[in-house]
Amino acid sequence: MIAEAGLAALWLAAALAALQLVLGWMGVSSQRTDLLAAVRPVAVVQAVLAGISFVTLIWLFVTVDLSVALVAANNASTKPLLYKFAGTWGNHEGSMLMWVTILAVAGGAVALFERRLNERTLIATLSAQAAIGLGFYAFLLFASNPFARLNPAPAEGQGLNPLLQDPGLAFHPPTLYLGYVGLSVAFSFAVGALVTRDVGAAFARAMRPWVLGAWILLTLGITAGSYWAYYELGWGGWWFWDPVENASLMPWLAATALLHSVTVLATREGLRAWTVMLAVVAFSMSMVGTFLVRSGILTSVHAFAVDPRRGTFILALLAIYIGGALALFGFRVGTVREGSRFDAVSREGSLVINNLLLSAILGIVLVGTLYPLVAEAVTGEKLSVGPPYFNSAAGPLALILVAIMAAGPIMRWRRDDLKATLTRLAGPMLLSALVLLAVVLLAPGIGILPLLGLVAAAGVGVASIAPLWGRNLRRTPLYIWGMVVAHLGIAVSMAGMAAESAFTRETLVAGRIGEEHRVGPYSVRLDDVQPIAGPNYTAIEGTVVARRGNGAPFTLHPQTRNFPSPQTETNEAAITTLLDGQLYVVVGRSDDEGRWQLRLWWKPFVTLIWLGGALVAFGGLLSLIGRVRREMRHAPPRETI
Amino acid sequence: MRRLLIWLPLGMFLVFLVVFAGGLIKPEGRVIPSKLVGKPMPAFALAPALPGKPGLSSAELANGQPHLVNVFASWCVPCIAEAPQLRQLAEAGVPVYGIAIRDRPEDLQRFIERNGDPFRAIGGDPNSSVQIALGSAGVPETFIVDGKGIIRKQHIGAINPEDVPGIMSALGDAK
Amino acid sequence: MALKAKNQRLILALLALAAIVGAALLAMSALKDQAAYFYTPSDAKKDHVETGRAVRLGGMVQKGSIERLPDGVTINFIVTDNAETVPVTFKGIVPDLFKEDSGVVAEGSFQPDGRFVATNILAKHDERYMPPQVAGQMHKTESLDK
Repeated sequence: MIAEAGLAALWLAAALAALQLVLGWMGVSSQRTDLLAAVRPVAVVQAVLAGISFVTLIWLFVTVDLSVALVAANNASTKPLLYKFAGTWGNHEGSMLMWVTILAVAGGAVALFERRLNERTLIATLSAQAAIGLGFYAFLLFASNPFARLNPAPAEGQGLNPLLQDPGLAFHPPTLYLGYVGLSVAFSFAVGALVTRDVGAAFARAMRPWVLGAWILLTLGITAGSYWAYYELGWGGWWFWDPVENASLMPWLAATALLHSVTVLATREGLRAWTVMLAVVAFSMSMVGTFLVRSGILTSVHAFAVDPRRGTFILALLAIYIGGALALFGFRVGTVREGSRFDAVSREGSLVINNLLLSAILGIVLVGTLYPLVAEAVTGEKLSVGPPYFNSAAGPLALILVAIMAAGPIMRWRRDDLKATLTRLAGPMLLSALVLLAVVLLAPGIGILPLLGLVAAAGVGVASIAPLWGRNLRRTPLYIWGMVVAHLGIAVSMAGMAAESAFTRETLVAGRIGEEHRVGPYSVRLDDVQPIAGPNYTAIEGTVVARRGNGAPFTLHPQTRNFPSPQTETNEAAITTLLDGQLYVVVGRSDDEGRWQLRLWWKPFVTLIWLGGALVAFGGLLSLIGRVRREMRHAPPRETI
Repeated sequence: MRRLLIWLPLGMFLVFLVVFAGGLIKPEGRVIPSKLVGKPMPAFALAPALPGKPGLSSAELANGQPHLVNVFASWCVPCIAEAPQLRQLAEAGVPVYGIAIRDRPEDLQRFIERNGDPFRAIGGDPNSSVQIALGSAGVPETFIVDGKGIIRKQHIGAINPEDVPGIMSALGDAK
Repeated sequence: MALKAKNQRLILALLALAAIVGAALLAMSALKDQAAYFYTPSDAKKDHVETGRAVRLGGMVQKGSIERLPDGVTINFIVTDNAETVPVTFKGIVPDLFKEDSGVVAEGSFQPDGRFVATNILAKHDERYMPPQVAGQMHKTESLDK
């Protein structure tokens, strides 16, 4: 019965979304206040119902109700409780339900808390939000019902891919989804503003917290996902440019561009049409990220063949939302008033360059990700696009972007002097030159991209603190701090990436127990290999002792885990984090002579990659707090219509 | 000029969409139009997946009778969903043969006890080699093989009740 | 420097367009060189893949072909699609799903002597599916004029 209750709640929520859309539409076009006033409560109730539906599904997963097909396919009674819980969204249907729930809750939050925006624009925004929700509800109810029953119920479920059995990963999708949905709210605001021809600073200020919040969560999600791939796959890499990673990177790139263009719109009333366009693009990227990953089409177009209804549905939704928004943009953008003027050499100018570079990188990633799909759909050729393409195409642009990042924040709005800007950057540029000299002398023969990465990271790291010079630090607004910390984080992350790709040392050997091997500055010895039993796996655990020169030895325990349900084997790397890097150890199989395969990496400063990511997110958080507090203080009394 | 720029994003998106949809919705598209259809069954000889039940080899599929070969596994949920249809086909006299992918006898035994046993023989394919040779991308999949051992039809995914007539008519054509 | 706002916007839009189109063109040209095509041994023999280019090779690990070299970390094996074969060398830790008589996808490049040097053996992460490329490609070769 519980599953049916969940399904009923979902139907009701869908009905309310339809009501919300119709009421909002009529209210906005007829300007009747009674209709407008009815929309907010409907949005809130819709959020509650969607929430009930999702909680029901969680309950079915936690209690392992195998009569529900989705639970049987993705859960097993042997799983630890946390993974039963997280299994709810570890599959296509559950993740879609989660998506629409977050969407509804975000809509409810806008309805409850947004008080500054012009009422008609706000209601138009809520209608747009309902329209998006409606598509997702239809998709769930008609093409992927999470509550479908299975008759007869199986004795045991199929479990979950053991690679995914990891606490960090359990909360990785929700983080990204929250980010995607934040961008959908930004998109709804853009649509609302276009409908009521109200693209201006007020709209930008209403949209900004959502963009910021989404961007923070995407940053965290990508950082965590990268770290997960690094320690879970046991291949020693931290970014593989695989389609799933790209699917989360593309919304982030779009959101980063949007964040900067919204600032121009909110502060200087410039870049109006461009900002609206970017909001549409960012949301499109979220949809692409959500659907392409979950539908499996990224692995092969054949995934559509197995379930054509789902595939067609997805395409139709993409066509309606993105096509509709772009058409609305085409019709309405002509009526958007001219923005303010600015010079090419100015803060706005640097932000425009930032936006262009981000868009170009986004284009490169998008093409690289979709090319195999399109090629397969058109010619039937199978191919894959690998890291060489992405690194050589996007790497140089990313370097230029980071260099611009040093100059942008210290330029004046409207008009600045090029010479003065360069003078202000003298210190960072000097430092960059010194780093260049030092690296070329001490580590000749490193690649050009890592070299430039180190140089740029050093210069930008110093330059990013420049906006704080000569300010009273106690009175500096929080959002300035946020910008400084986030930009510093980018430099830190870049330094980590460059150091990792330039200085990593790798040793791959088959060693007997007790033999010493060297990797970078460490000597490593395999002392023992023992079978152990985990909660739902068995494993072989190596005991590896490492020491640096004459320092104190420390022990690592890499494992090879074997899961019975479903039958899989995973390599659990053992990683020790030291002040100047990480020692990364993977143990493989033994051969018939009693030797064990050992793969050892010494990765200097690799942790900076994720530390930088965390700093970027923290900077975003500071900025968000600062902006929201400021808005609260300056909130105008609510206008009565 | 400006007008053009305004409509450009929509144009680009539509072009992309058309290319994409065109590639996907081609009639019967490139959608695994199994190249094996019309070709003989690849040669294989599989050991019995269950004690007390015969295994399966490609040779015995070329005995002059049409057969239905079902690629399945006890760990596959859609396989449970299609079990009633397979039983229905078996009761109608269709010779149904199974290939169990990466399965264990005890799991398979439980699967048969719960979902019935339409199979005349089940070959065990512990490492998916026959599955690959058949060009089958997942489980469940069903092949109709005629009396000469030529594959006449490949059905991808579970056999739903509405698919049964199509399967029956394909079997009739394979006679 | 100060342009009319209208022209500013136009220039901005043009710049944006140029950047995106430029990026797309760059991407397309880079793709021509760097998209790793997927080959089965028969395709590789037929199309004659140039040496040194990153490609993917898929098929079955031929029974009895895996040999371990004395260093304990390098293996040689033969990939077959039941029509043609390619000898492969791989140095590293192979995934558990790598067995004789079972499907494999290797990333790497062909050497002048016809041997394929793999930098990576792709593990299958999903219980329910073959590597789709293998599944799809096997038809292609099965249908080669046998």
